[in-house]
Amino acid sequence: MSEAGMAGALGLNGLIALFVSAILFSIGVIGVLLRRNAIIVFMCVELMLNAANLSLVAFSRMHGIEGQIFVFFVMAVAAAEAAVGLAIIIAIFRHYEVVDLDRFRLLKW
Amino acid sequence: MSLTALAGQEGAGAGFHPVFPWLILALPLLGAAVNGLGAFLWRDDKRIPTIVGPAALLGSFAVVLVNFIGMSGAELHGAEVVRLWSWIVSGDLSIGVDLQFDQLSMLMCMIVTGVGSLIHIYSVGYMRDDPGYSRYFSYLNLFVFFMLVLVLGASFPLMFVGWEGVGLCSYLLIGFWYENREYANAGKKAFIMNRIGDAGFLVAMFLVFTAFGTLDFVPVLAAAEGTLAYGGALVTGITLLLFLGCTGKSAQIPLHTWLPDAMAGPTPVSALIHAATMVTAGVYLIARTSVLFALSPVSQGVVAAVGAGTALFAASIAIRQYDIKKVLAYSTISQLGYMFLAVGVGAFTAGVFHLMTHAFFKALLFLGAGAVIHAVHHAWAHGDDGHGDGHGDAHHGDPNDMRNHGGLRKFMPRTFVFMWVATLAIAGVPPLAGFFSKDEIIWYSGAYGYPILWGVALATALLTAVYMARLMVMTFHGGNRTFGHGGDAEAGRRLHEVPAVMWAPLAVLAVLSVVGGWANIPEALPLLPTVEWLHHWLEPVFAPAIAVKEAHGFSPEYRSPVGGGEALWAGISAAIAIAAVVGTVRALSPKPVPTEAEAVAPTGFARVLHDKWYVDELYDRAIVRPSLALWRACWRIVDAGIIDGAVNGAGRAARLLGWAGGQLQTGRVTTYLVAFMLGALLVLGVLS
Repeated sequence: MSEAGMAGALGLNGLIALFVSAILFSIGVIGVLLRRNAIIVFMCVELMLNAANLSLVAFSRMHGIEGQIFVFFVMAVAAAEAAVGLAIIIAIFRHYEVVDLDRFRLLKW
Repeated sequence: MSLTALAGQEGAGAGFHPVFPWLILALPLLGAAVNGLGAFLWRDDKRIPTIVGPAALLGSFAVVLVNFIGMSGAELHGAEVVRLWSWIVSGDLSIGVDLQFDQLSMLMCMIVTGVGSLIHIYSVGYMRDDPGYSRYFSYLNLFVFFMLVLVLGASFPLMFVGWEGVGLCSYLLIGFWYENREYANAGKKAFIMNRIGDAGFLVAMFLVFTAFGTLDFVPVLAAAEGTLAYGGALVTGITLLLFLGCTGKSAQIPLHTWLPDAMAGPTPVSALIHAATMVTAGVYLIARTSVLFALSPVSQGVVAAVGAGTALFAASIAIRQYDIKKVLAYSTISQLGYMFLAVGVGAFTAGVFHLMTHAFFKALLFLGAGAVIHAVHHAWAHGDDGHGDGHGDAHHGDPNDMRNHGGLRKFMPRTFVFMWVATLAIAGVPPLAGFFSKDEIIWYSGAYGYPILWGVALATALLTAVYMARLMVMTFHGGNRTFGHGGDAEAGRRLHEVPAVMWAPLAVLAVLSVVGGWANIPEALPLLPTVEWLHHWLEPVFAPAIAVKEAHGFSPEYRSPVGGGEALWAGISAAIAIAAVVGTVRALSPKPVPTEAEAVAPTGFARVLHDKWYVDELYDRAIVRPSLALWRACWRIVDAGIIDGAVNGAGRAARLLGWAGGQLQTGRVTTYLVAFMLGALLVLGVLS
């Protein structure tokens, strides 16, 4: 499908949604890579997930309802992941009293 | 079952059937098993080995004797072969556990079990105080079993089993006191030297199989003349390789060096294995395969030359030894040289005859030496130190050293007499055994046309008389030196004649040393009715070989190289022997002998003889050290360098890889995230 064809099928709002999704995803990636606070990194991960959700919703306009259904799955998994992730962060905080990722070197060998 | 029919010999086995042939072998084997068990179960109880050890031999001797008498009453022209069971059947090869009964093997069996029985009885006294008593009799019984397998085996492989078995027992008994490292090494040396010869035996066996397609003696010897070309390369190769085996087992040049070291074993072992029986196996092998040797004049010449050379060489060393057992060991090598000279020139009967008489007088000499060592050892050890081993405590010195003996005739009158009988016998003084057998060898070496070897044999006869007389003078004559010069009073209290269980076998052997030679009175000196008895007895065995030799122009001329008949030369050699004995006794008796402690090292040529012509040193430099250097290089470069390097290198490489991989895992979440990112991008890049 050509670019013009794709733009036509998505419509203007769809394109805007994809752009927003790309921006959100990039912000999430940059945040994950650069920030050291575990909570912020975690939030950035959520941002990336939701950016993906947004593009799924946008594409569902072109391909049908499956994309939106998929979003629900992602949200459910994200919720479960958030529960586990936050629990880990709290456990670490209780132990070290910081949430700075550079201070943790546990994940080796 | 008789295989003689296969050989196509007419009239074979008529009237003779072996009685209980298996019992001859089974009894010593049973004795070895019982005593071997006893070494573990009733170590300190000496009653059972005392009965079982000698009884196993006496029983075997009785069976042999019955068969011997049966055979002498029957007309037996071939060999009677008894198959006990099938052993190896593979393709063209079929070997059974076959026992060959002929005049030669029965004579050998008589010697092995007869002399063996006497030595077993003697050992009861000699080894009385040894903690390894039961183990000793187990080894000794096992030795006799293997020796009988060697003698009775009707095929090369079965003989080889016995050949290797006696080597094993020899090793076990030389290193009997294995706590002493030197003795254990002597055992190893004997085994390794023998292996060199055994390789020759094995290769010869392969060649025989390729040429004949069978390994049984009877068919091989019957077919030899038709299959192998006279003087051809194949028969020469086979016989020379067999002779290589003989030089190992019978301690001939160049493999003789193990036998003197073998004296580390108990003295009765030296008497039985390293003098009377095992070391004669080489002579027996040549006698057994006499037809093959007769087909190769080159091999015959080599055998005769090596024999004569060894006889002279060893006799020259014996003159300058101080260890009584070393003198006897070199004497044994020298006498074995005589036997090889005999079978080499083609006088097979003379070789076997000397084998027999030598078994009598050399066993007697060794047992007498054992009695002396036993007495001196016990005198030093206050008669009882719990070790009947006859090996010196540091306090006094070496009980084997003749410089520590002297004047023993006063304290050990019986041993003294028996030893003189044996000495005169080996020196060749008529009418004792050695005179007849040795003179026959000297005579035939001249008569068959080997003037140089004849001269060497005569010279050796002179040396033999000299070193034996020297041994007697140093041991039994003069003043006693056991407790230093002038220690006769103390020696009188402490030195005693050995018990009856030890001197009785000596007495029997002394009688045999006198009359043994009468079994083959030469025709030239018809003093007794037994003229050429042994010759006639062995004739069926050696007739084919003699026929081959005669067909090719080798027959004795019945005159010596410098003229004169047999009677004249017998008289001359007897005169040489008597003169040498008397001369040596008169020359040495007045000379004071220094004790072992006072001894000064000999100089000049005497030192060369004392140090045994430096053969051991030569082998050490030329073979042992280069071999060790090579093995060390293999160890350091190939094994430690390349093989270990590869194994260790593999481990080191795995560790390095693991370490490098570990470095990627910093433990920092951000690193992982970057890697994750890059990975994801990579996957996307590949997929799109």
